[in-house]
Amino acid sequence: MANFGNLSLLLAFSVTVYAILALFLGWRTQRRELAKSGEYAVYASCFFVTLSAIALFHLFATSNFNVEYVARYSNRDLPMSYKLAAFWGGQQGSLLFWTWVLTIFAAIVTFQSRRRRSDLVTVALGIISITTLFFLLLNNFLENPFGRLGILHEGNQQPMPFAPSDGRGLNPLLQHPIMVIHPPVLFLGYVGFVVPAAFALAALVTRELGNAWVTLIRRWALLAWGFLGIGIILGARWAYVELGWGGYWAWDPVENASFMPWLTGTAFLHSAIIQEKKNMLKVWNVVLIIATYLLCIFGTFLTRSGIVSSVHAFAESEVGVYFIAFIALTGVASIILIFVRLDYLKSESSFDSIVSREASFMFNNLVFLGACFAVFWGTMYPVFSEAIQGEKITIGPPFFNKIYVPLGLFILFLTGVAPLLAWRKTSFKSLNKNFFWPLALSIVAAIVLFFAGVRQIAPLVAFFLAIFVTLTILIEFFRGVGARMRAHGESVANALFNLVAKNKRRYGGYIVHFGIVLLFIGFSGAAFNQEAQGELGEGDSITIGDYTLVCEKLEEKDTPNYYLVEAALAVSKNGKPVTMLYPQKRVYKASEQSTSEVAMRSTLREDLYTVFAGLSQESGKAVIQLYINPLVSWLWLGGTIMGLGTIICILPDAGTTRSVRGRKALDRLLTSDEKM
Amino acid sequence: MRRKNLRVVFGVIVVVVAMGYFGFAGFQEGKAYYKTIEELNEMGEKAYGKRIKVAGIVTEGTIVREGKNLHFRLEQNELGLSCVYTGSAPVPDTFKDGVEAVCEGNYREDGSFEAKKIQAKCASKYQSKYGTAQATGH
Repeated sequence: MANFGNLSLLLAFSVTVYAILALFLGWRTQRRELAKSGEYAVYASCFFVTLSAIALFHLFATSNFNVEYVARYSNRDLPMSYKLAAFWGGQQGSLLFWTWVLTIFAAIVTFQSRRRRSDLVTVALGIISITTLFFLLLNNFLENPFGRLGILHEGNQQPMPFAPSDGRGLNPLLQHPIMVIHPPVLFLGYVGFVVPAAFALAALVTRELGNAWVTLIRRWALLAWGFLGIGIILGARWAYVELGWGGYWAWDPVENASFMPWLTGTAFLHSAIIQEKKNMLKVWNVVLIIATYLLCIFGTFLTRSGIVSSVHAFAESEVGVYFIAFIALTGVASIILIFVRLDYLKSESSFDSIVSREASFMFNNLVFLGACFAVFWGTMYPVFSEAIQGEKITIGPPFFNKIYVPLGLFILFLTGVAPLLAWRKTSFKSLNKNFFWPLALSIVAAIVLFFAGVRQIAPLVAFFLAIFVTLTILIEFFRGVGARMRAHGESVANALFNLVAKNKRRYGGYIVHFGIVLLFIGFSGAAFNQEAQGELGEGDSITIGDYTLVCEKLEEKDTPNYYLVEAALAVSKNGKPVTMLYPQKRVYKASEQSTSEVAMRSTLREDLYTVFAGLSQESGKAVIQLYINPLVSWLWLGGTIMGLGTIICILPDAGTTRSVRGRKALDRLLTSDEKM
Repeated sequence: MRRKNLRVVFGVIVVVVAMGYFGFAGFQEGKAYYKTIEELNEMGEKAYGKRIKVAGIVTEGTIVREGKNLHFRLEQNELGLSCVYTGSAPVPDTFKDGVEAVCEGNYREDGSFEAKKIQAKCASKYQSKYGTAQATGH
């Protein structure tokens, strides 16, 4: 099976080389058959990479420990779902997964445009294939997951095949249901941005710099952005329930790596609207989407290379050099292309007023880019300071928090205001009509909150803005529903459904914004966190906030995969019993590593979060760490709603006639571009 | 440039300056010097009062819990540093004998290190090459 996987990878490499040659030559010489054969090669490369992925899954499922990668990340007693998830438990497998997703996306793009004859698509596929080739290079020759173990006996030239009796086991921290889906979802996001960026580059190469490429990749960009966002939130959720330090985000380089392309991607999604509607910001959009693509590669590089130390980065390795070379080459090529094509990228209009939709979108972009730059700076500063000053200086969470609190609040403000401003210039009358009631009501709410005890400035402003933005969104829905009910005589439910279904982009966007509001409510809760620690034997109790916890039992147990110690804690709130919590300390047998299993009681108001930190050496009692984390549930809720809104934005327009019309309009755009 | 564009530019400048200010303030608050044990010994007095990060391998058998504090010793290239952890968060699961740990805190005048934060890298076996040990033996 390992040989089979290896062979498939080599074949994939060969057909990808052919695909690149055929696609670019086919485009240069305008020989359609040649380009077409390149497209078939794209399918073939997807086929072969899929075969090697199946081979690796099979090796894990059958516990073939002769393969080094399997021996390192799996063991016999590991549950099957984790054996399969061990596919992306280490470096080589994750890189193969990247390639796999990329070739699948390339095949989908090919399939979508199978009937469309267009230079733009041909060149875009060529550019995607170049990225595929880079990753296949790593898969085949540097980070091959099918490498085998062997023993070299003295006197023998050939090592003898060797399979240990059991594997070393998957890192216990990765043995969590979220870890089965978090990496794939994140990768779908990372890889997804390759497609829109390839179209942007192709537009530069072929001079088709109208709005066709923006229209073509809108869904791809949204899809990638949605996956990336959900992936990040799943990662936060995993850190929260598995790592046991009471938080969900630590500004760790690995987290930052996924956050940066999300920020630039968000900026792109907004400024692309301006290009579609107003023919402005063309250079800017190309720059943004290419930057997002490079940041995706950079993020993969950060987690793989060990250049900045992180708690959950993978092994240090030599692939870093190749990543840097690839990023540098692509970056320089893009910059040159943009300069060469600058004449084609002229804006057709300019700003009229600071109180306009255009200007507010520009502020949105500015803030998202600034936010991205801050993360980049903070993450890479140790590297820069060492290179320039010879002194390694790291920047901790206070840096990020100082910048992100005001920046986040400004973003939240824009979320509410920008969608309701008029294009060009907004009159005072329209400002008054859209914002009077939301503003008045949220000021009242803020005053009430102030007297209810919310005295810290940042959360108070956050709650005020959250209410303000929610009200502006609600009013938009009410107006839309009301108008439909009057015009079409529909019931409330029907009117709401039709309103969203007929204007998916607009109302899907509002739903995403509402998800953002919920996220901010979740973030603000952190201002009111409480914590306590105590040593508990059976019968001992500890108090935090309104809660009292009594330790009823300390118990040791044995399972095939791990040993555990468990504390049974009876929780009561204001004297009334509410629930039992069972935090555990586990020691995994294969890896001899211990983990703390968090137990918590989660409500919309707050989470009571308990950690079994260890057994005290002197007393033999359990060291229990307690946290009260208000409003954290709102994060998961907000993430879900964002995902929902994104899906609504992506859904195809209703009715075939309309989509046929859409396709015709797009074909017109494509052909008119070719004449530019 | 027209006056309306000027107003937009002014807005941009305000945002950029504000970000720069918050960034600078946060930088002062969040920066920490990443030092090896050797560099720390060389710095001597200059190290007092600065936020320092120091990395090393936890010496076998030196982890002792004393009330809320945790005493241990870090080792790097045969140099040692005795440390005490006084932070409130639980020590990470991966922190144990023989792992590489990064401590953040202050270098004290008695030559010991007070750690307010500990990060431990995953047990080194995840990073070691599995095959190399066997490949040369027998």
